Order: sequence, then structure tokens, then C-alpha cells
Amino acid sequence: MNETPVLQVKDLGIDFGGLTAVNKFNITVRKHQIVGLIGPNGAGKTTVFNMLTKVYDPSRGTIELNGQQINKLSTVEVNKAGIARTFQNIRLFDNLSVIDNVLIGMHNSIKYNTFEGIIRNRRFREQEKEAYQKAIDLLSIFKLQDLMDHPASSLPYGAQRRLEICRALATNPSLLLLDEPAAGMNPSETAELMNTIKDIRDHFDIAILLIEHDMKFVMGICEEITVLNYGTTLAFGAPEEIQNNPEVIKAYLGGA
Amino acid sequence: MAEAVKQPLPVLVIGGSMVFLSYLITGIGLGSVYAIIALGYSMVYGIAKMLNFAHGDVIMIGAYVAFFALSRYNLPAVAAVLLAIAVCTTLGVLIERLAYKPLRQATSLSVLITAIGVSYFLQNMAQLLWSSSPKIFSSIVGNRSLTLFDGKMSIAYINILTIITCIVIMIVLTLFINNTKIGRAMRACSEDKDAAKLMGINVNKTISITFAIGSGLAAIASVLLCSTYPSVYPTLGSMPGIKAFTAAVFGGIGSIPGAFVGGLLLGIIENLSKAYISTQLSDAIVFAVLIIVLLIKPTGILGKKVNEKV
Repeated sequence: MNETPVLQVKDLGIDFGGLTAVNKFNITVRKHQIVGLIGPNGAGKTTVFNMLTKVYDPSRGTIELNGQQINKLSTVEVNKAGIARTFQNIRLFDNLSVIDNVLIGMHNSIKYNTFEGIIRNRRFREQEKEAYQKAIDLLSIFKLQDLMDHPASSLPYGAQRRLEICRALATNPSLLLLDEPAAGMNPSETAELMNTIKDIRDHFDIAILLIEHDMKFVMGICEEITVLNYGTTLAFGAPEEIQNNPEVIKAYLGGA
Repeated sequence: MAEAVKQPLPVLVIGGSMVFLSYLITGIGLGSVYAIIALGYSMVYGIAKMLNFAHGDVIMIGAYVAFFALSRYNLPAVAAVLLAIAVCTTLGVLIERLAYKPLRQATSLSVLITAIGVSYFLQNMAQLLWSSSPKIFSSIVGNRSLTLFDGKMSIAYINILTIITCIVIMIVLTLFINNTKIGRAMRACSEDKDAAKLMGINVNKTISITFAIGSGLAAIASVLLCSTYPSVYPTLGSMPGIKAFTAAVFGGIGSIPGAFVGGLLLGIIENLSKAYISTQLSDAIVFAVLIIVLLIKPTGILGKKVNEKV
């Protein structure tokens, strides 16, 4: 029980000019856990993700990843430290092939240098071959291996969402942030995605923090849920507790 | 007079086609230099989304370095080329770090003006250091020519060398961009820099490498250019720079095969116009063709179609 959590966020806050978008936000994600972050539109969920990945600089608070403070790191360093993410509005490298998108995720695990890339020595060939194989393995988990040479933009919507997860996993994270992974999916795709997410959690032994509006999805997959409203933590707990929490119901349905 | 009348027509045609062929090959040679320079513009534009108008002046610096290495220090040609590459690569990275990197978040117009400023700075620095009087560059392969068809046709060795160099560069660079990790990082940055950062790609480093490669290629182009047109002076890079930029736009800026096709076409059109129409008008003809191409295909010959999502 005293194990260091994968993610520990304390009193996180950010102001945009005079507007406080997020304030006193706390969350803990333990190893192997799937945690949901929910809240009404505009509650600040994506802003939290942007702070965790240092797209935004938090004005207050601390972020610890596996016990290491990551507040001072850059976006690239945060990724190297072990946080990977997907985007609410899909941001694949559209004109690049499916497999190139995944190989880009592996950028930092491939070690040859620029010069070796120009002269194409043995180290280059071996490492490229290895990375290529790993990318294919990853793609096959998401049933994308047959589409690997197609440009990412040509994929159907659901497949693009899966490719984003695949690309994020390629960076070898210990914490995966999923920003509305089921958005725009039909019920059968959503059900399949739930299984895939559980599978990758087990397969890669990672923790997952996800934002989602589909309550069936959130309640079905998350072991713990944090509710965000007006930039602050409204409630947190197991799915059943959240479902029956009067404050949460009020925030979602409006005060009577 | 009587002899000329008696001369059978086919010989005249063959003779004419030989001359045409020589002009064509010289044009391809010139076009190859444009193509190599155009790569620098195109790659930097594709990845950093800026027009580096100081690129032509990096060529000029490369030419001076090669000139001093060859004529002052009597270094072998290979060593002179390598030295020019080393100096230009360093210069390119330095220019990017000092002049462009601080403006990463600025409007593209500010960056453009800075690039023009860097261009003038380099030209004036060269004028101060080495004076404005032209220096005579001795070709790295001499002034010999390959004579074919009993002397009916001759091709300068430097032309052959230039064309081969250009083809090798295109192949190596295409392989590099398409299947190395840095090449992939470059393409990722060209598509979406923020997403690239979130995937752990160091965007600044990737841009630096792009400038390094572009400037290294400029050094190679400078030696080839000065071996064909053997005078070195501070504004030497301006015209080839503008022409190569035109070639990049012509072929489709941001595209490597585009730079190749654009460069070659530009060189061929320029040389044939000089030969058959008018030396004075050749540049006007080149730009007229460019305008026509851009009217028909605004993104250039091999340019990417811009997909607008609704």
C-alpha cells in the first residue's frame, strides 16, 4: 500500500490572465490503475492534461511522476520521463504512413545518430529493423497492421483513435493519458475499446488516466473517478460512490 | 556557297541536334546546382515554415572557404570541399540559433525580415573581410571537356560531376528523410510541432539538423557553382539563391523531388532561352514560365495538395 504512486498531483492550479481555469486540483494514480477524470464541458479536464504534459506551465502546485518532481521539465522531457497522451481532437501526423506514426513514437528508444543514418551502417540497419518489428507488433494489438502503409488521414475515425493510442504507447510510458478515447465511436467500437484499454494496461503494465463523457464507458472501465467542476475537484472515489454522489448529480444536471 | 547548298539535310539536323544536346546538358548541369541549393530552401521551409533568404549567402561563404583552401593553402579538392561543408554547416546552425530560434513564436514576417538582415550582414561581412573585387576560382576538375561524336559535341567535366553529385544527393537524402529516425522526426515536425514534442521529439534539435544539412548542401553547391562560373565575390550567392528559391517554389516547396524537378527545369529553360532566344531575356523567360506554372498549379509541380478539413 505504501508503494510510490505513478502520478501524484497536489494543489495544481493555472491562471490565464485574470481567469483561474484550474485550482487546487489533486489526483493520485497508482500502479496498474485505470482512473477516470470526468466533469461538465469546460470544467478544465483537458487543461489538466495540458499541465501534466507541460503544454501549459502550471501556476501553482506540484506534479510527481514515480516519485520524481516533473514541474520543471519541458514537454519533451516529460514524455521521456514516462507520460504519453492522445488528443481530444485527433492529432496524428496525417500525411505520414500508419507505421511511421508509430515509429515516431519510438524516436527516443532508437539510438543511432544522424551520421549513422546517412551512411546506413550496421547499427542503423539493426536498430531500424528492430523498431520496425516492434511497431508492427504494437499495430497488431490494435488490428492496424494491415493498414500500416496507408497515410494516417485515410483511416476511418475509430482506427485513427486507436492509432493515436498506439503511437502514445510507442513512447514507452508508465502513465498513459487518454483524452476522450471513445469520442465519436459507435457502441460496438466503444465496447471493443474498453477491452483493448484493459488489455494494454495488463500487457504493458502501465497506469491510465482518461477523460471521457461516455458514462457507461467510464463506469465500466475505471477503478477510481475524479470529478472536476469549475476547475476544482468536486469529488473522487469508486464509480458507485460517484454515481450516487448528490453533488456530482447536481453538477451534471444543474441545481434544482 | 555552292557547298552549303549541296550539303545533305540530315547532317544539318544531326549537327543541330548535337548543339541542342550540348545546351541541354549544360542546362541540366546548371539545373543540378539549382536543385542542390533549392533543397536547402525547401527542407527549411518544410520543417521550420520559414524562408531562409540568407541561404544564398551561405553559398558565398562556402565559395570563399573553398577558394582559400584551394588557392591559398593548396589543399586537395576533397579537403577543400569537406572544409567548406564543415564551415557552412556550422554557420547554418549558428545563424538558426542566434537569429531565427529566438523568433520561433514571432510572426513569419518578422522571421523573413530577419533572414534578409542576416543575408545583408553576411554580404557586408564578406566585403569587409575579403573586399568586393572578384577572386578567380580554379575549377576542382580543371577546364577540360569530354569530346564526343568526333568533336561535334563537348561536355565539360564539371557538368558531368555536378549532375552525378546532384543525383547522389537526391538519392541519399530521400532515403534519409524516408527511413531514418531523424528523417521521420523532420516529417513529424513539418506536420505538427506540438504533437511531435508530446511524442518526445526535440523540435529545436530537429530544426538545427535541418539547417545543418541544408547548409552542408549549400557548401557542395558553392564548389560546383564556382567551378563552372569561376569568380568569387560577396554577392555571389544572391542570384543563384533567388533562382534556387524559384526552383523550389516551381517544383513544390517542401518537397524533395519537387526541388529536384524544379531545379532541373529551371536550369534547362534558362540555358535554352540563352542559347536560342536571348541572353538578356533568359531570366525574364524563366520567371514567366514560373508564373504560368503557378497559375495552373499554385502549389508547384509536385507540391502537396492542401486538404482543408471542414
